[in-house]
Amino acid sequence: MNIDKKIVDDLVANDVSFVTTVPCKQLAGVIEEVDVREDIFHIPSNKEDEGMGLCAGAFMGGKRPAIIMQNTAIGVTINTLATLTQFYRMPLPMIISYRGELREPVACQVEMAVHTKALLAQLNIPTYHFHWKDDVKEFDNILKYTFMCNKPVAILTDANFWGGYGDQ
Amino acid sequence: MIRSEILKEIAPILNPHLVVCNIGLPSQELHMIDDNERNFYMLGTMGLSSSIGFGLALAQDKPVISIDGDGSVLTNLGTLPTIANNATGNFTLLIIDNGSYGSTGDQPTYAGMKTNLTNVARACGCENVVEVQDKDLGTVLQAAIDSEEMTIIVCKCDSGNIKLPVITMDPVVIRHRFMEAVKG
Ligand SMILES: Cc1ncc(C[n+]2csc(CCOP(=O)(O)OP(=O)(O)O)c2C)c(N)n1
Ligand SMILES: [Mg+2]
Repeated sequence: MNIDKKIVDDLVANDVSFVTTVPCKQLAGVIEEVDVREDIFHIPSNKEDEGMGLCAGAFMGGKRPAIIMQNTAIGVTINTLATLTQFYRMPLPMIISYRGELREPVACQVEMAVHTKALLAQLNIPTYHFHWKDDVKEFDNILKYTFMCNKPVAILTDANFWGGYGDQ
Repeated sequence: MIRSEILKEIAPILNPHLVVCNIGLPSQELHMIDDNERNFYMLGTMGLSSSIGFGLALAQDKPVISIDGDGSVLTNLGTLPTIANNATGNFTLLIIDNGSYGSTGDQPTYAGMKTNLTNVARACGCENVVEVQDKDLGTVLQAAIDSEEMTIIVCKCDSGNIKLPVITMDPVVIRHRFMEAVKG
């Protein structure tokens, strides 16, 4: 199974047609896949809170949005999640690379990893953690759940899920 | 002219269109002057008026005007390259540049000092950037909407605020009402 393709297939199957991204090394493949799909409008953003603003507008314009970003962006977006996405009750699947977890080569990433789940829990954001490749099977259900409840929902995807870093 | 006088003057031009309005006094003023279902009032999230309006413009065909402020654009400067590189003709960004953080008591912004938002927008790749003095905004705004080309308007005006109550409408009601107008 190609995880990148599976994730984007599920997005398309759930009518997600507006995706904004800020890159992470782990997300390179899925971002590339989003970019080539005709059913998805891909708009890179410069900062993740900006991306969430774009998603809010797209949702009000009748499109189902999603954001793809790194977990460090939780530190950037708390105000936006609380005062825009949650306050106005809008759905937002957040496909998040969970850096600083097992098989992480960069020490600095651990510093936000240790706060990531606590911050999401504090915000009452439903949070799923993909650690094994097979966990991706839940993604379709998570998307349906997100658009059912109109909430931001976090899908944390760690290095093990993506297959590690090879020789690094 | 101060922001509330400007909004009073352009309210008839804005009225038929979808408007995303900046946090604080801009929204309170627009709400007082011409509350209608085509207005989306931001109650928080300083900086994202341009992003929300732009996302909306990309997702559907109706014209969208984002009313923004100089301070808010400065806090989300990354928005200008995104808008420039994905331009859509149904979007107008109106930056009310009073050179201050008006809603919080008119503390000066850098836009009122050495930083020129018109030049910043152009440097970011925005193709139609018009700087206009407050009293001339009406014609420029109408032309921007009619042109069907994405336009960034930087409207230079005075600092100053009027006293107004906060908006007490529930955010979900604002959003629902707005989405019905988008569909309508
Ligand atoms: C993250 C954040 N910082 C600060 C504020 C407080 N705040 C609300 S409105 C505002 C001023 C906005 O200035 P500008 O965009 O120039 O609009 P003006 O009121 O001058 O029209 C500030 C600083 C806030 N709401 N959010
Ligand atoms: Mg200002």
